[in-house]
Amino acid sequence: WWRARMLGGRTNHWGRISLRNGPYDFKPQTRDGLGFDWPMGYEDLAPFYDKVEMLIGVYGSNEGLENTPNSSPGVLLPPPKPRVSDLLVRKHAAKLKVPVIPGHRAVLTKKLDDARIPKLLHPGNAKAQKILAEDMRARAACFFATPCGRGCSIRANYQSTTVHLPPAMATGNLDIVTDAMVRAVTKRAGGGADGVIYIDRRTGAEHRAKARVVVLAASALETVRILLNSGVANGSGKVGKYIMDTVGANFGGQVPMLEGLPPHNEDGVDGGHMYVPWWLYKEQVAGKLGFARGYHIEFDGGKTMPGMGTGAGLEWLNGGNYGKKFKQDARRYYGSFVKFAGRGEMIPNDDCYAELDPTTKDKFGIPVLRFHWKWSDHETRQAAHMQKTFAEIIDAMGGRMATPPQSGEKAIKQGGIIIHEVGGAIMGDDPAKSVTNSFGQSWEMKNLFITDGATLCSNADKNPTLTIMALAWRAAEHMLGLMKRKEL
Amino acid sequence: MSMDRRTTLKWMFAAAATVPGLDALADTPGPQARDVAGTQAGYGTDPALMKEWHAGGPWPLTLGAPARLTTAALCDLIIPADEVSPSASAVGVVDFIDEWISAPYPQQRADRTIILPGLTWIEAEAQARFGNSFAALESVQREAIANDVCSVGKAAPQSATAARFFAKFRDLTAGGFYSTPVGMKDIGYVGNVPLAKFDGPPTEVLKKVGLA
Repeated sequence: WWRARMLGGRTNHWGRISLRNGPYDFKPQTRDGLGFDWPMGYEDLAPFYDKVEMLIGVYGSNEGLENTPNSSPGVLLPPPKPRVSDLLVRKHAAKLKVPVIPGHRAVLTKKLDDARIPKLLHPGNAKAQKILAEDMRARAACFFATPCGRGCSIRANYQSTTVHLPPAMATGNLDIVTDAMVRAVTKRAGGGADGVIYIDRRTGAEHRAKARVVVLAASALETVRILLNSGVANGSGKVGKYIMDTVGANFGGQVPMLEGLPPHNEDGVDGGHMYVPWWLYKEQVAGKLGFARGYHIEFDGGKTMPGMGTGAGLEWLNGGNYGKKFKQDARRYYGSFVKFAGRGEMIPNDDCYAELDPTTKDKFGIPVLRFHWKWSDHETRQAAHMQKTFAEIIDAMGGRMATPPQSGEKAIKQGGIIIHEVGGAIMGDDPAKSVTNSFGQSWEMKNLFITDGATLCSNADKNPTLTIMALAWRAAEHMLGLMKRKEL
Repeated sequence: MSMDRRTTLKWMFAAAATVPGLDALADTPGPQARDVAGTQAGYGTDPALMKEWHAGGPWPLTLGAPARLTTAALCDLIIPADEVSPSASAVGVVDFIDEWISAPYPQQRADRTIILPGLTWIEAEAQARFGNSFAALESVQREAIANDVCSVGKAAPQSATAARFFAKFRDLTAGGFYSTPVGMKDIGYVGNVPLAKFDGPPTEVLKKVGLA
């Protein structure tokens, strides 16, 4: 359960994979009887997906596949050209009827259209349009160099610190207080929130910030922690319940066909150029798979920037050696590996929850969370299916595997490792069974909103960041409407 | 050669961070598996890499002069100079390994517990078999020691621990060497240069794999 206590939070170190939830993903309980339906449908969020994709810049393609929504025309940036390993995977996965299509990631493959997009995103707001247009002009398209994960000096990839904060600062309406560890939401007489208490990380001094509206976006589980430490918004008793992560299992192989290829630049956009959306919806709903929800496949291959994995662990291929022969082998095998990562949907369950630890506190004296976790058979069987599929694709490519594919129980990553943390303050239609409505608005404190992943009541295989941002935009519009009508 | 602390720190962080694209590799069986347990006490924030660090900071290094000689000899047994590139020690891999095993992070702490006893073992082995320190042995003598331990799968039971050390040391040497500009060139990495557009694989590459 990694914490990202930094300006920009998780956007500093995410994989930039930006997939939309599809129509099924909002109504999973209706579809298979498990988990919870969302108090909204795909059509409610679709316009906000368009807006977010236009704002941050997402490449991809519209393929019209089941439960894998198209974006509106003119929204997506062109996907980067496939690498040789992408094309090989696509060719051989096709034999298994596994579809390989362009990925969707938040990296600018061309400059954003500063003449068109700001008008669409901020209709009737000349100041916002001007600021956003200027900022879009200041973001360069990807130059296919330097690792994304270490920050993008030309602002080609999306991270909050380089994409959201500069234009927000330019409005003159934003104050940022860093090194502030929020302990609790404060209540005002007569109900409602009136601010937060935070501790200055450098001095340990406690401060208060007053607010007309309080919005928590602290990463799902930190939001849960703040709510529990505040003793607010929990009349349902559901704060901390139904925490979810993504089902993750990985497997890789060595592909002799990729050995000894002429060196060429394979960096691309430093992340997946292609991926496999879930493709067995019909078999699954017919009950043929033994697990209820799907997964997508991220994969990677080729001559990526060398690091600690390069030349390492070759014994299974060369028997273990050293010297000039080792150097020859390092050259031979470099770039010939293909690695697959399954990312699947977990169904919320009663055994997965977080609560305040009764004794342990952090160094600021704030009680920490403790976690309870148990995968169900749906997840472990899904992980086993991932392993089997990856092995079949590697086999189809003529590849070799260091070990046989693992069992689901062994392959599945621990909760908190993939760290697509969502849930813990789920949205719903019923105040007795949920913490917020579909706008992330607390049922009990009308001026308290949650705009991180805590409100997600299911965790589709689609990586949650894009959905979190679309929900936040929708919540913000709702919030503004209420404020304009003096209802907040 | 010996380089300044800031350079080796940046090198270590870059090499450790450069796990290809996905986190998939970090989870494949083998040497990349990461210890995520951490320590109860924690290790604080990372050192400032914009700052000039000198000996001692941000944490002390580990290897003394004799251990550096052993490390250099073992690095160059694994990655000697050949017609393509120089040896591992010639590009600073001894400094890299010292930096790696001295760092406070869980993976590095775990590796330290393999590397330090391993270096002690290889010195003892050199003394016992050839009556000299490992760095002073003839090539053929070093190879005699290495041949017993260079394969975890084939090593005799009594050499199992030493073989695991050798495998770990080889991985660190390779990771250090191939993350240098010299190593990248040797191995055929031609990326990380700014491009106006990304063209994908050339036709000759596609032809070789039957895609064109």
